[in-house]
Formats: sequence, C-alpha cells, structure tokens
Amino acid sequence: MWELIRTNKRNSILLMVLMAVMLLLLGFVIGMAVVGPEGGLFGVAIAAAIWLVLALISFSSGDQILLTATGAKRVTHDVHPQLFNVVEEMKIAAGLPAMPKVYIINDPAPNAFATGRSPQSASIAVTAGLLARLNRDELQGVVAHEMSHILHRDILYITLAGIMLGGIVLLSQVFMRGMFYSSMGSRRRYSSDNRGGGQAQLVLFVIAIAAAILAPIMAQLLYFALSRRREYLADAGGARLTRYPEGLASALEKIAGDPSPQLAAANDVTAPMFFANPFKKRGQRSLSDLTSTHPPISERVRILRNMSQGASFKDYAQAYTAVTHSKNIVPAAALTGDDVQIRQAQAGAVKQEKAQKQVHEIGDIMRRVNGFLFLTCGCGLKLKIPPNFTPDTVQCPRCRRTLHVHAQPQSPTTSP
Amino acid sequence: MAGLIALFVVLGMLGLIAIMLIGIYNGLVGSRNQVDNAWAQIDVQLKRRHDLIPNLVETAKGYMKHERDTFESITKARSAAMGAKTVSEAAQTEGQLADALSKFMLVVENYPELKANQNFLALQEELTSTENKIAFARQNYNDQVLFYNNKTQMFPSNVVAGMFAFTKRDFFQVETALEREPPKVNFT
Repeated sequence: MWELIRTNKRNSILLMVLMAVMLLLLGFVIGMAVVGPEGGLFGVAIAAAIWLVLALISFSSGDQILLTATGAKRVTHDVHPQLFNVVEEMKIAAGLPAMPKVYIINDPAPNAFATGRSPQSASIAVTAGLLARLNRDELQGVVAHEMSHILHRDILYITLAGIMLGGIVLLSQVFMRGMFYSSMGSRRRYSSDNRGGGQAQLVLFVIAIAAAILAPIMAQLLYFALSRRREYLADAGGARLTRYPEGLASALEKIAGDPSPQLAAANDVTAPMFFANPFKKRGQRSLSDLTSTHPPISERVRILRNMSQGASFKDYAQAYTAVTHSKNIVPAAALTGDDVQIRQAQAGAVKQEKAQKQVHEIGDIMRRVNGFLFLTCGCGLKLKIPPNFTPDTVQCPRCRRTLHVHAQPQSPTTSP
Repeated sequence: MAGLIALFVVLGMLGLIAIMLIGIYNGLVGSRNQVDNAWAQIDVQLKRRHDLIPNLVETAKGYMKHERDTFESITKARSAAMGAKTVSEAAQTEGQLADALSKFMLVVENYPELKANQNFLALQEELTSTENKIAFARQNYNDQVLFYNNKTQMFPSNVVAGMFAFTKRDFFQVETALEREPPKVNFT
C-alpha cells in the first residue's frame, strides 16, 4: 500500500507536468498562428497564466467545487449512523490520520466518489440510492474502495487533472471561436506579408487547428487511461482493507443491474471520479476502448471473485492476470508477500427490497439529510416534520392524537 | 586544481549519503509512531465497547425482565475487562467480554418487541460498528507492524535501524480460539 503511494505520487507529478506541457504547447502554437512569429511567447504566457489560475483554484477548493456540482450535502452521525460508522471503520482500517467528511447525494442512481487534497482533508460522497440498496458488507466494500483512492493519493490527482482537462478544453474552444470570428482579419494580414512569411503562417495555422482539436482528445485519453488503472488498484486496496473481496464484488453487481435513470451529476469531466461508470448507454465497453472512463464492471467483479487465496495486492494481481491475460497492473513494489486472509461474511441476509420500498427509503434518507424530524405516533404512523415547521404540536392525520414537536434525542449512544 | 575538484566530489557524495540517511531515519521514526498510534487506537475502541454496554443493558432491562443472570454475567465481564492491567490480561478479559456479548444477543432473539425498539436497533448498529472497529484497529496495528518490521530488517534501512536501536515489534496475535470467531452481534 505504501509502495503504491510512492509510485502514485511520482506518476501524478509526471502527468501534471505532461498536461501543463500540452497546455503550453497549445498556447504557443495558437499564439504563433494568430499573432505572428513573435506571438508564440505571448501564447505561452497566457497559457501559463491560465494553468496557474486553474491549478490554484483546483488545489484550494477543487473538492468543494466538485461536491457542490454533484449536489452533495454534508451529514453527521445522527443523520445516517450506519454510513458514518462504516466510514469510521474504514478510516481505522486504513490508518488515516483524520476522519473524512461524509456527504450524501440526493440521487436514486447508486454511486460514490472521494475527493479532497490529502488524507488530512478528504471527503467521501455517497448517493442515497447506494445507501438504500446495499447491505453493510457491500457498503463497507464501496467505502473501502473510496478510502483506497484517498490512501493512494488519487484524489488530488483526479481533482487537479479534471480541472487541467477543463483548462485545455477551454483554451482550444476559445481559440476555435476566436478563429471563426476573426478570419477576416487574418486574411488581411496575409495579403500584406511577403510570400514566404504568409505561407509559413498558413502552415502554423493548420497546425494550430489540428492541435486545438487533438489536445483535448489527447488530454482526455491520458486522463482516462490512468483513471482505469487507478480503479483496479482501488479495487485491490478496498479488498485488502475489508479482507472481504466478495462485498465489493456483490456491490458492483447490484450497481450494474440497477434500473434507475442516469446519475444527474455525471458528465465527461466528473465521470472518472465516480465509483462505477455513471453513463448508462456506454456501459459495457471492452478494455481496448481507450475512451472508457472505467473498466467494465463485469471484469472488475470477475477479478474480485477470482481472489480465493487471500486479499493482499499479490492475490489481486494474480487474479487480474488470470482474468484479463494482460500484464500485471500492480506496481512491483507493492507485491510484497504479506499473508492476508479473507474473513467471513458479516451482514446477514442480502437486502432484497422491492423497488418501491427502496424509493421510499431514499426519500427518508434525504429527509434526514435535510433536517426533517421523524415522529412516531402511538397508532403506528410515522410523521416526517419539515425543518421550517413552526407550531409546537402536530395532529396525527390517522388517529387525531396531538403530538409534541421538539427535538427528541434520537442517538442513544454516549458521546465518545 | 584536480585535487579541489576531487574534494568537492567527495564532499558532494558525503552530503548525498547524509541526506539519504536522514530520510531513512525519519522514515523509521514515522513508521514507529504509526505503530504506537495504531496500538492506542485499539485501546480507544475497546473503551468505546465498555461505554456502550451500560446503555445496552438499560434499554434491554425494560423488556427482558427475568434475565437477571444474563445481565449479571455481562456486567461482570465488563468490569473485569475494564480492570485488566497487563496486555495479556486485557486480551483474555476482552475475549470473555466479547463472548458474554454474543450470549446476550442470543437471548435478545427471544424478545421480538425489544428487537423492534428503535433505540435498541440504533444501539445494535453501534455495537456492530464497535466490534468491527476493534477488529479493524487490530488489523491496522498488524499492518503498521509489518511495514515497520520490514523497514528494520530490509536493506538499507536495517543499517540505520541498527545504529539507532529501532527494534522490531510483535504482532497482535489472536489469543484464544474464541477470539478467532468475530463476535456475532448482528442477527438481522
């Protein structure tokens, strides 16, 4: 695990530099093409400024931006004890220095992601749909997977790279539009130059257009290619933390077979950071497809189920090569032979709830997140009082009994 | 002139070695601190288990009116665990407490009204979580010990470890056969 971190840190820096270089090259070529031979430096300067601003923003508040964009709401232990407890269990298993912030997303599609700057300031977000569908072991598996992303220092990379990608796309878009509107001006410039210079500039122009089209695609490919590897490694890390690969496997299966509509917050930039590929139509792509953000779920499940000897990274690597027949994906430094036994299942019966009951449960979870008060009347009816309800009493609609509306201490545990 | 260059090269190499040694030493210190921290975490979770039990007993007493023996055994086991002085004593008493908790939850099975009580369900979740946390705290401790021991034994950090007396730590071995089974507190 710790060896993985070192490899990840080095790869992160390498790829950040690569993306920055791409951005600067793009700026250089566009600058040369638009302004003239001396404009190259100007383009580079602008690209560098854009890169700096983006890097600063993404580093300081990238996680907040992503969390707000997905509509995640911060929750405490009282709102959903099981989720909070599971995150705390995984935090202990992973040896994290601080408890991550826990968020719930109001969406029936089951998914999750982790974001943040470092293990000290990390956040984990889970959709209400996920909470309603998974049992404790499966939830533990998903949280462990996200915890591994935090441990392996993926989250900073994903946040930075996502915003870098946005920057490259932005720059190329600005150029394309600027080109479209100022085509008149550049033609005039051509006619006043001498022949030789004009031709050189035309060539540069073509290169600039090509670069503007290719750069976002290249950046996206880089982003996706590394994202897929990190997903596998996070699966391996999650299986190791829980000592129970089956939990993660059955969670993935449940998510794959889910009939809910597509996750509302999913788009090309945010998709790679989610636990499972949030796009519905492009679900089961083959591994050779470079533009897929996630490895296919069926393959992830097969690898996890192939881990019969143990739950260490070595066991995952063996299962990986057995299932995919491709070269090993775990860095050699992490393949120390530590003996990690698989534990027994913990959660009882699998949660086989009807679709309607699940929708009901999702509604309840979101009401708890938004601060509703839950009262149980003597006749058995459960009342859900919205937070802006001012009167002191409420009448039960079924039996007409009067109930008092005041904050009942729901949590029966002693504070630690 | 050549002598001066040679001197600088040697000084440069010595400087590099010194930096490497400092890095290795710091790595060892950090790793050892992680081990100590992980050990303390186990303690924290065990105390949490002790704190939960009175609440559990109080909530159950209203429903299980004639199970005085069960309540007594669990309260006794708790006091024994809280009074343990050495590590081996603690391992034994905690195992007995986990056993008493399992027996307690077995008895709870006979009281469906208690099982449906909201407070009790929340307590049960807390208990399950605490048992998990104890298990994971031990797991994390063993992971940190493995990492630290590897550092003290593998080259080149074993050289530094020997110089500054970093000794290897023991794993938290499972004491009794009873402890090997995770205490089954969740029957839903």
